[in-house]
Formats: sequence, C-alpha cells, structure tokens
Amino acid sequence: MIRVQREDFDAGEEMRQLSRGRRDVGALATFLGLVRDESDSLASLTLEHYPGMTERQLAAVEAEARRRWTLAEVVIIHRYGRLIPGDNIVFVGVLAGHRAEAFAACEFLMDWLKTKAPFWKHEDGGDGWVAAKAEDEERTLRWG
Amino acid sequence: MTILYFAWLRTRIGKADEQVTPPGGVTTLGQLRQWLMTLSPAHAEALGDAALIRAAVNQDYAADDYPVRAGDEIAFFPPVTGG
Repeated sequence: MIRVQREDFDAGEEMRQLSRGRRDVGALATFLGLVRDESDSLASLTLEHYPGMTERQLAAVEAEARRRWTLAEVVIIHRYGRLIPGDNIVFVGVLAGHRAEAFAACEFLMDWLKTKAPFWKHEDGGDGWVAAKAEDEERTLRWG
Repeated sequence: MTILYFAWLRTRIGKADEQVTPPGGVTTLGQLRQWLMTLSPAHAEALGDAALIRAAVNQDYAADDYPVRAGDEIAFFPPVTGG
C-alpha cells in the first residue's frame, strides 16, 4: 500500500494496523525516516514531488520487493510539503513470515525509494536544493 | 506535448509546466531537450548539463534515445532526493 501525503502519520499506529488480526506472520520490520538538522541551522525543509509519477514509482518499488521476497503486507508512506527537524518524512513497514525477508525487503524498499521516487528536498533559507548522494545510488545498485 | 519541470529546473526556468509543439525533426527525448534549450537563455542554462538532469516520459524514467510524440507528458528534473 502506497500513501503520499502532506499530513503527519503515527508510526506506532501504522505498525498496529499492519499486524492486527494476523496469526500467520512472524516478523514486522519497519523504517522511520526523520528530518535531520546536521548543522543546527535548518529552519525547515520543503519536499517537492511529482504527483502521479511518485505513486507510480513507489508502486513499482513495492512490486519489485514482492517479486524478490514472499511478503504478507507492505506499507510505504511518504510526506511532502514543509517539514521541520524531527518531523516524520517516510515510513516503510514490511510484514512477512520470518525476519530475514522482512529485514531485507525493508532495506531494499528504502534504498530503491531513495533513488527512484521523484521527491526533491529544499532546505528553506539555507543551502537550497539538496544534492543527490552517490552513496545512495551505490546502495541501490548493490541489490542488482 | 506537456513539459514539466521540478526542483531547481523549475525555479531556473521560471515555470512548472508549458505546452510545446516542437518541429518534426524532434523525435527523441535527447532531441527534445536540445530543442527546449533554444526557447530562452534560462532554458539553455537549466537544461544544458545532461549529467545533472533526469527525465521521464509519461511518468516513467526514460533515456535520451526514448521516442517522444504529441500528447506525451515529459518531465525534466534533478536526481531525486526523497526518503
């Protein structure tokens, strides 16, 4: 399930929703991404995205994870708009039979999302548009 | 066709989208980018360095040799920085 939204989300509630009523799965792996202020100077961040293509690319990333691993449920939530340090940006939750596929798929989803989902971070009043990192591309490529 | 610009391409060109009708010789994404650069100095500056730009045709990533045609939705943007 893909959700692209301006509003905040409750990671705990998302986890409860994912596992509610399930008796057939043994693992829920999650990742919660937060707005980081490394230099203690960031007032706010504005996340721009490409409506339509964002949902399409995230759905493709989810489909690829499901092709590689047997997964009971996948949730990807990504926010856009103005965010401040400490705010939630992204949530990935993977429900699976065992921890190996849950951990792997969760990391894969984040790595692929970072280089494929059309979002752009702008540091308001600071350095402006954030540059993409070569390290993120390398992390995507290592999955083959 | 509809052209969309995001992030610093949008701010440098000064618009988020535009409708264009390129000449008949423009049949690929790479040719389209070259032609768009002739529209204004801002276009030329923003679209000049192919290494800094990614593109999508109808919301899927596409390379320079990808065919483009009337009615397509084509986007130019920097490498993505979400997550």
